[in-house]
Amino acid sequence: MTKPPPSAVNPAAAIELISISKRFGPVQANKDVSLKVAAGSIHGIVGENGAGKSTLMSILYGFYEADSGEIRVSGTARKIRSPGEAIAAGIGMVHQHFMLVETLSVVENVVLGAEGGAWLKGGLAKARAELARLSQEYGLVIDPDAIVGDLSVGLQQRVEILKALYRGADILILDEPTAVLTPPEADQLFCLLRALKAQGKTVILITHKLREIMDVTDRVSVMRRGEMVAHVKTAETSPAALAEAMVGRRVLLRVEKAPRQPGPAVLEIAGLSYVDERGCETLKDASLTLHAGEIVGIAGVAGNGQSELLEVLAGLIQPSRGVIRLNGQILDATERNPARLRKLGLMHIPEDRQKAGLVTAFSAAENAILGYHGDPAFGPGPFLSPAAIEAHARAAFTAYDVRPPDPALKTAKFSGGNQQKIVLAREIERAPKVLLVGQPTRGVDIGAIEFIHRRLIALRDAGVAILLVSVELEEVMALSDRILAMCGGQITGERAAETADERDLGLLMAGVTERAA
Amino acid sequence: MSAAPIDLPRWADAGLVPLVSVAAALVVAGLVVIGIGESPLEATTLLLRGALGSAEGVSFTLYYTTNFIFTGLAVAVAFHAGLFNIGGEGQATIAGIFVALACLWLAPLPGILLVPLAILAAAAGGALYGFIPGWLQATRGSHVVITTIMFNFIAATLSVYLLVEVIGKPGSMQAETPEFARHAILTPMHELLAPLGLKLPATPLNSAFLLALAALVAVWALIYRSRLGYAIRTVGANPRAAAYAGISPARIIMVAMAISGALAGGLAVNEVMGVQHRLLLDFTAGYGFVGIAVALMGRGHPVGVGLAALLFGVLYQGGAELSFDKPSITRDMVVVIGGVIILFAGALDGLFRRLVAGLLRPGRPS
Repeated sequence: MTKPPPSAVNPAAAIELISISKRFGPVQANKDVSLKVAAGSIHGIVGENGAGKSTLMSILYGFYEADSGEIRVSGTARKIRSPGEAIAAGIGMVHQHFMLVETLSVVENVVLGAEGGAWLKGGLAKARAELARLSQEYGLVIDPDAIVGDLSVGLQQRVEILKALYRGADILILDEPTAVLTPPEADQLFCLLRALKAQGKTVILITHKLREIMDVTDRVSVMRRGEMVAHVKTAETSPAALAEAMVGRRVLLRVEKAPRQPGPAVLEIAGLSYVDERGCETLKDASLTLHAGEIVGIAGVAGNGQSELLEVLAGLIQPSRGVIRLNGQILDATERNPARLRKLGLMHIPEDRQKAGLVTAFSAAENAILGYHGDPAFGPGPFLSPAAIEAHARAAFTAYDVRPPDPALKTAKFSGGNQQKIVLAREIERAPKVLLVGQPTRGVDIGAIEFIHRRLIALRDAGVAILLVSVELEEVMALSDRILAMCGGQITGERAAETADERDLGLLMAGVTERAA
Repeated sequence: MSAAPIDLPRWADAGLVPLVSVAAALVVAGLVVIGIGESPLEATTLLLRGALGSAEGVSFTLYYTTNFIFTGLAVAVAFHAGLFNIGGEGQATIAGIFVALACLWLAPLPGILLVPLAILAAAAGGALYGFIPGWLQATRGSHVVITTIMFNFIAATLSVYLLVEVIGKPGSMQAETPEFARHAILTPMHELLAPLGLKLPATPLNSAFLLALAALVAVWALIYRSRLGYAIRTVGANPRAAAYAGISPARIIMVAMAISGALAGGLAVNEVMGVQHRLLLDFTAGYGFVGIAVALMGRGHPVGVGLAALLFGVLYQGGAELSFDKPSITRDMVVVIGGVIILFAGALDGLFRRLVAGLLRPGRPS
């Protein structure tokens, strides 16, 4: 902590990565990647999901070791083999998923792993003083004795940043920091990043949101398929140019679609609520009507009840109150289970395909029948026929362009996009009447995104009623015919897609409703 | 943080890793043998000759193998549902009580009816006793590892009570039931094969061995070829995906534990109906626990379980012969060797997986 700020004494770059390569089995995650981050700057790294940004930062932070290449910190070559060595080198990381103990207080979380001796008391007192200093220096106001689990997501992120600073980080890596934040919280974060920069800290910001890059960074590097494809000054580029560099070709930011032809209402919900095991009402009094031949999008920051809405509708969790009507019939408790709902034509593409939608240890062919393994087409009586399952998968994978089209390959070995196509193929080919779609393109490469979007539009045009939940506001706006915003478990407003604008939806997502205003 | 699963080619996963484990265990066991001043080479020769060198030795080996197949399959089926059933002993004990009651009470029936009914009784007893912990986990969240091991004690105590107070042979000093009628027992293998002109010495090996082989095939068909097996594997690999797919994890847990218990009941069929011809105390003799090692080593696949059961059969029989020929290598020594193998094949499996993965990875800079 007595180190002089690198920018003052040492003109060398804070971080220099030279020809980093990393391979996971057949996947070349990083290929000959070089990167120079100037000390005291905010440097953005953009790229599609799966472009290799996270791998690169994991190498820098010591989670993985590069197969080849060199890391220089403030001009000196260093071997970083573990996060401990990264911290010793002055590198701190704020993960997308926070590494906090929710039942401990802020100060306890900050000292965690750096308690300084067997007795907590001295370490805590020191940390408290240091926290007060850091809070003052950077305007990071936080109650050191608050229990982390009680804090908002934005404040929890602050604790993560404080943790890194407490360990003497001069270089701070933030991995998709705004994915969980509301727009105002994100603005606060950017203020903080500017303050850190003003104090001589170096910030590396990983994101795939171009607006943030344009807002806050000094320089930006673009990754595509494991390679670094561009280094530019932020002031000298534009979102369109960055998007093109990320994707490697011109991108259609809008999805082409014909005007909707809504049919009869197929799914109606009224006053739907859900109380989770902790007793929190995470879904409050939600009502909506979904017509055949339309896509209704739910916009919202992650964790505002969208997941619960999807899961209640899919029969995975039971509502505490409210009515669900499918094709005009009220669903009773015995019908609100996934097996029965599938028979009634309600299919579900879950938000987290790896945890809920697929068994990654199974072969792709086995996953292609998940939920439909009772279908007599797949074997006689109580038995399943491997030949029938494989033939079915082969046909589906060809139709949905799953690569490689190998039914015997373990599902974990497919890329995110191809895993999603396996799920999509499985649910769509059963001719759903209602399709619930959660995060259809999370972790999916751009080619697959276009494919998936086109399929969803085609389904809509064929008269399927689609409920879309996505944390990507752009995606919701591009695909939906109507948009509902959710905040704190409530539906806070509805907009027609043609007239919706981001700022307005952002307010609804933040809970500023017409009624409240 | 848990270690990332290590991806190995199938042949290495199913063949190489267990072989390396066994080889390492044998090296350690060899060192122990050297330590007490004996030649490991000679000991190995004696062990193998004792287990496989004569018709009698092979028969004994296969008799032990029968027990290990049943208990190994029991553990394997539960594994596939993500459950660790260490209650094989208790389930076999209850199955033993059921089979003994069937053999005694249904004695008036002809053998052709009695034997299948008694086998079904064993399966039912084991299934019931496996089902209860499954039901407790599914509905109350009581972990099967805890409940099954406690159920082992309950079963053991129950069998003492029944044998001493209720169904024991009157006037006997032994806690045992009267001997079953001649038509209520399983045919010994030497009698079974005699009409075919094969002359085998009289050993405990009986037709339960054939039942064990049938169980291997049946479990393979259940796990890898049936809709129920698909559901079991889904619950074991990813309960959330199972719920999403409309499979009830609670139901599958109960069903899998019942099947697991029924398979453990096979141990009672072999020992009670096939060998002892009466129920006596502690006939399970730890086979239920060794079944855990068998299932681990066989990676839960019936082919692997069969091979691992054979290996333990060889060790048991060869070890008995070895301690007979070499008084300095006691029965306890053989137990040590078996224990080392269990340790290496079970607990240290991950160690060798990493090693094998490292050796197989080409072009890795050192």
